[in-house]
Amino acid sequence: MAMIEFQDVQKYYGDFHALKDINLKIEAGETVVLIGPSGSGKSTLIRTVNGLERIQEGKLIVNGQDLADRKTDMNRIRKNVGMVFQHFNLYANKTVLENIMLAPRIVLHRPEDENKKVALQLLDQVGLRSQANKLPAQLSGGQQQRIAIARSLAMKPKCLLFDEPTSALDPEMIDDVLNVMKEIANDSDMTMLVVTHEMGFAREVANRVVFMDDGRILEDDSSEKFFNGEPTNERARQFLGKIITH
Amino acid sequence: MISIFQNYGGALLYGLGQTLLCSIIALVFALIIGSGFAILEVVPNKFFRVIAKIYIEVFRNIPLLVITMFFYVVIPMYIVEISGFVSGTIGLILYSSAFIAETVRSGIQSVDPGQMEGARSTGLSFWQSMRYIVLPQAFRYVIPPLGNQFINLVKNSSVLAFVAGFDLMYQGNVIASDSLQSMSTYLCVGILYLILTLPLSYYMRYLEKKLA
Repeated sequence: MAMIEFQDVQKYYGDFHALKDINLKIEAGETVVLIGPSGSGKSTLIRTVNGLERIQEGKLIVNGQDLADRKTDMNRIRKNVGMVFQHFNLYANKTVLENIMLAPRIVLHRPEDENKKVALQLLDQVGLRSQANKLPAQLSGGQQQRIAIARSLAMKPKCLLFDEPTSALDPEMIDDVLNVMKEIANDSDMTMLVVTHEMGFAREVANRVVFMDDGRILEDDSSEKFFNGEPTNERARQFLGKIITH
Repeated sequence: MISIFQNYGGALLYGLGQTLLCSIIALVFALIIGSGFAILEVVPNKFFRVIAKIYIEVFRNIPLLVITMFFYVVIPMYIVEISGFVSGTIGLILYSSAFIAETVRSGIQSVDPGQMEGARSTGLSFWQSMRYIVLPQAFRYVIPPLGNQFINLVKNSSVLAFVAGFDLMYQGNVIASDSLQSMSTYLCVGILYLILTLPLSYYMRYLEKKLA
C-alpha cells in the first residue's frame, strides 16, 4: 500500500487555487524530492500531508487514512508523519533535550528513562550530544535544524516531510544537515518527501523527482531520468537548466 | 495627617484590609477568566472565538461603575441579596478580566506561529501545544503589560466605595466628613494605596527581569 496517495486533490485559499488536480503516489520507503519555483505550491502540498493545511476536494490517503475526512484524527496521523521546517520551529522555551523528549512523553507516554536514552542516541546520530542542555537560541542554524530532525525522529515516524530544510542556512551548514538526511534515507526504511533546491542531494538520494509549477505537478520521473535524460516538460527543463548552472 | 492616623487608624487599616482582600480575589479570578477568554479568542473553532469577543467587548467598554451597580442594585432586586463588597468584587473581576484577556491574547499572538506548528507536527494536540509551548512563552511577553493591569485593578477596587464595600476609599470618605480634614484624610488614603501598589509594581519588574 502506498504511504502517501493524492487522488485528484484541489486546495484553495479563498479564491486562490493553490493545488490543482494533484495525483501522486509515494510508496513506503521511497525518497521523493519535490522541486519547483517559489509560489508553485510545493510547500502547500507537503503541508497537506500532515494536516497543517486542509484540502477542499479529492482524497489524500496517508498511512491508510483519508485526511479529507473530517473524522480523521490528525494527531494520530502526525504520530507517524514527522515534519522538518525551513525555520526549524524548535521550542524556544525548552532545552535541546526537552525539545526531543516532549512529544514522546506526552503523545506516546514513553517511559522517562527510555525516552532519555532514545533522545541521547538521536543526539549522537546528529552529532550534537554535547549541546543537550542548551537552548535553541544558543545554537547555529545548522545545529538547530539537526536537532529538529532528531525531534521528528524521536517519534519513530514512518514518514518524514522536509519543507526546504536548508534554505535558511549558511552555505557551510548545509552539508551537515544534508548528510544527516542522507543517512536517514540510506540506513532506514523511512518514507521521505523533501522540498529542496539541493540538486546534488536529489541526484544522490532521491528515487524520484517531482516538478511543480502553478499548483500542478508537471513532471514525475525517476531521478536518473530527470537528471540524465531531459525532463519531457519544457518548463521543468528550463527550471532545471537554471538551478544547475546556478 | 498624624492625627488622622491616630484617631482613625483602625478604620483605615480595616479599609486597607478590605481593599487588599478584594484586590487579591479579583486578581486571581480575573487572571484565570481573562486567560481563559484569551485562549478562546485564538482557538480554531469560530463559535468560541465569537463568544470570547462578545464577552471582552461588552465588559471592556462598559464603565466599571455601571457593571458594579448592576450587581449591587439589579441582581438583589430579582435574584439574590448580595453585599456591596461582593458586587464590587464581581464587577472588578468582570471588568479587569476583559482587559487581561486582550493583554494575554496579544501575548499569545506574538509567539511565532512556527512554535505551534512545530508542536502540532509532532502529534501534540492544540491544547497540549498551548500548555507546554505557546502559553509559557506568551506569559513572558505579557508580564510588563499585565503588571499595569494588576495595578489598575488595585486602584479600581475603589469602586467599592460607591456600593458600601467598606474599602479604603469608603473609609476615607467617612473619615473626611467626620473629621472635616479632607486634605489630610485623602493624603493618608493615597499613601495607603501606594503601600499596596508600589510593591506590586516592583515585584512585576523583578519578574520581568528574572524571566527575560
